[in-house]
Amino acid sequence: MARKLLRLESVSRKFGGLDALRNVTYAVPEGVIQAIIGPNGAGKTTLFNCVSGVFPPTSGSIYFDGVRIDGLPSHKIAALGVSRTFQNVALFKNMSVLENVMLGRHRQSRAGFLACGFRLPSMKREEQEIIRRAREYLDFVGLVDEENKPAGSLPLGKQKILEIARALATEPRLLLLDEPAGGLNTAETEQLGDLIRRIKKTLGVTVLLVEHDMNLVMECSDLVVVLHFGTVLASGTPSEVKNNEKVIEVYLGSAAN
Amino acid sequence: MDFIQYLFSGLTVGAIYALVALGYNIIYNVTEIINFAQGEFVMLGGLLAVFYREVLHFPLAFAFLASVVTVGFVGYFFERFVIRYAREQAVLSLIIITIAFSIVLKGSAMLFWGKDPYTLEPFTQGEPWIIFGAALQRQSLWVFLTGTAIVVGLSLFFSRSYYGKAMCACADNPVAARMVGIPVRKMIMLSFVLSAAIGAAGGVAITPLSLMEYDRGALLGLKGFGAAVLGGLGHFWGALVAGLFLGIAESMCAGYLSSGYKDAVALVALLLVLFVRPQGFFGNAEVGSIKRF
Amino acid sequence: MRKKDRIVFLFFSLFVGLFPLVVASIKAVSHYIDVMIFAGIFSLVSIGLCLLMGYAGQISLAQAAFMGIGAYCSGILTTHYGWPSSLALMVGLVVTGVVAYGVGVPSLKLKGHYLAMATLGFGMIVHIVLNEEVELTGGPSGLVGISGLGIGNFQISSPFAWYYLVWGCVATVMLFSLNLVRSRIGRAFLAIHADERAAQAMGVDVSNYKVKVFVLSALLASFAGSLYAHYVEFLNPGSFGLMWSIKFVLMVMVGGIQNLWGAVIGTVFLTFLSNEWLHFLADFEVLIYGLILLVIAMFIPQGLVTVVATKLLKKGLRDGA
Ligand SMILES: Nc1ncnc2c1ncn2[C@@H]1O[C@H](COP(=O)(O)OP(=O)(O)OP(=O)(O)O)[C@@H](O)[C@H]1O
Ligand SMILES: [Mg+2]
Repeated sequence: MARKLLRLESVSRKFGGLDALRNVTYAVPEGVIQAIIGPNGAGKTTLFNCVSGVFPPTSGSIYFDGVRIDGLPSHKIAALGVSRTFQNVALFKNMSVLENVMLGRHRQSRAGFLACGFRLPSMKREEQEIIRRAREYLDFVGLVDEENKPAGSLPLGKQKILEIARALATEPRLLLLDEPAGGLNTAETEQLGDLIRRIKKTLGVTVLLVEHDMNLVMECSDLVVVLHFGTVLASGTPSEVKNNEKVIEVYLGSAAN
Repeated sequence: MDFIQYLFSGLTVGAIYALVALGYNIIYNVTEIINFAQGEFVMLGGLLAVFYREVLHFPLAFAFLASVVTVGFVGYFFERFVIRYAREQAVLSLIIITIAFSIVLKGSAMLFWGKDPYTLEPFTQGEPWIIFGAALQRQSLWVFLTGTAIVVGLSLFFSRSYYGKAMCACADNPVAARMVGIPVRKMIMLSFVLSAAIGAAGGVAITPLSLMEYDRGALLGLKGFGAAVLGGLGHFWGALVAGLFLGIAESMCAGYLSSGYKDAVALVALLLVLFVRPQGFFGNAEVGSIKRF
Repeated sequence: MRKKDRIVFLFFSLFVGLFPLVVASIKAVSHYIDVMIFAGIFSLVSIGLCLLMGYAGQISLAQAAFMGIGAYCSGILTTHYGWPSSLALMVGLVVTGVVAYGVGVPSLKLKGHYLAMATLGFGMIVHIVLNEEVELTGGPSGLVGISGLGIGNFQISSPFAWYYLVWGCVATVMLFSLNLVRSRIGRAFLAIHADERAAQAMGVDVSNYKVKVFVLSALLASFAGSLYAHYVEFLNPGSFGLMWSIKFVLMVMVGGIQNLWGAVIGTVFLTFLSNEWLHFLADFEVLIYGLILLVIAMFIPQGLVTVVATKLLKKGLRDGA
């Protein structure tokens, strides 16, 4: 059994009277593509927000590589090696494509106010390095030709890819993708599947994938967990989950209408 | 008795802060905008009443009404020709826009009335009443009466009338309100008119006691905002309690500590609340966190 | 610095360098040097505010108050305690830095409107203190007899010396800021401006940067305040009230909120406007400022300077072709 990279222990999150997550206990092994599926409002995004520190869980604990991370602010969690994308694209629209990815390198660079303000040689060297690495990531996702465009001017498909490049630039060990295929056409979705597999293979990053597109999930993922009303309904390999009775009931029930 | 005396004057100004705070809340509830020009409505109300009374020689009650209506119209103008075009802008520009409008009002007031303070005759003449050895000005009573009438009127309006209920619905959930056919735009308009008129009424009522000049708006507005935050932004009764509380605190400070620093009391309270408990004492952090701003 | 910035900087240096020489030779406008000294001092404030507001997206209505803290530190220490001006200036910076940090840490946790109100409230409190602590500050009637600026025996006295000192500072601060916004820190500012949540998830320590840029802008204001105190040699709380804080916002907005050059040009423009061109319309000043601010915030968010510059550039290209 592979090492567990992310461990959730009875994680709950309430919003007023609403239980978005209830006692979720689950562990993600290192080096897999782990899909999280579930109907709208199941708590998938809430789970991501708890793991990445957008807000803390109401109770329970979260461990990343053995370190307890629940309640840490999200920049600290990012520093430990967790990065993410957002369901509604959250690019810095006022910056260029390249600058967005360069921002991803923030943690990997040091220059302070004085070094930046006076453009000390150390800062210049670092800046060159940031640009070089950012271009590598743009190249990896196939956006290198767009680097000078404003991020907001890209079509949605490319914005989603750019968000992944920005997240990768932080050199995460765990990447959370929140509905990366939402709003993409079939060709784009195929390319996306390809990219996700390369992220795991080439970069060795563990991927947590929230997705409604079942083809993508079944093709890409090694493991699937099903959330339903904030609880884990089932988990296992894609084929196990596909044939799970409870899942069929919930999913086909909702897919029917 | 000094204490009672300070209490009276504290309650009187406190009532005005409460009215300003209500003005903030009405607009905030419907639009999530904080209107930085709120204090200027009070200033404008006072000065316009002076104008109608002293220059046009209206009977006092008409001067009161005319001033409230005029300022209500300013609120209408503000919403119709400024806010409506800016509502979707980022919060930073919205802040700057309402500040700019407050400067416009202040600048116009300075043009019309100059920099001198003006006074208005009290609503009813007569010696102050002596209660427990402290003098209660008749006008103070008028301030309370105005305040109480507005509060009662507003709560009836919100709980009974169609428009009031519709406004509450917009505050709860604008998308849903639009879907069930509530004219959200009209409600926004109404919220601006209402809070402008309320501010003006407060301004008219207080002018006989504390005079009015063109540059009083900012401070009044800020203190009223202090009351609104202290009571929990958007919270109707919280604003009232907090307004009166700030008024009393200020007047006690002026009486027992230092009159020069009395203006700082509400401001320090504002900062403390913002730093320690920004949702206020009646508000709810959860609700605050889902607001747009 | 980008190439465009280099060219602009060259023109800027030429203009600023030659301005007093040209102006001094024409009697009717020789006092423009004095106006430009003020414009330079105010530019230091607006550059700081531009970093804070335009780049990091945080509003402050307390810049005049920070300027006042610096100015009154300089004023009080040199008049009441006979300190040398340069030392007083540094103490002003330290005091302002500490105060700004103390106010910034809790304020910057607040969202937009609350932040604006918190800085507004803080600015008013400072204004009240300046008026009330009569023994120290002289209260509403002001503080007189502040010493000029100098180190040891070397005093800055002639308008020319003041001019070049002030604009030298502006040039340095400008270079620093231009470099800053085109670095990892500038990108962090822009990211915070665009989407705090995403910036933080990408590893940017959002509150830390917000506080730092707030303190930086306060320090620049304090420095400007000290220069102001030693240049004018007289202080009065009216120069550090709310209206001035709003004027600084206006200066930045006229230049285009996210445009450092624009902030300087806007400041120079507005300083001349109020000191020279609108002097006869003094009663209209507040109204005119309000209207300009309203129109710019509503319709020309990129700023007057940017619009005019683009127009001129286009025209230049057309005529050249
Ligand atoms: N910040 C919040 N405040 C209040 N309620 C929230 C918040 N975030 C999520 N919720 C609620 O929690 C529940 C779970 O939401 P969540 O966004 O996690 O669902 P999801 O599984 O991501 O759904 P979808 O597939 O539609 O993205 C929903 O009922 C939602 O309304
Ligand atoms: Mg979701």
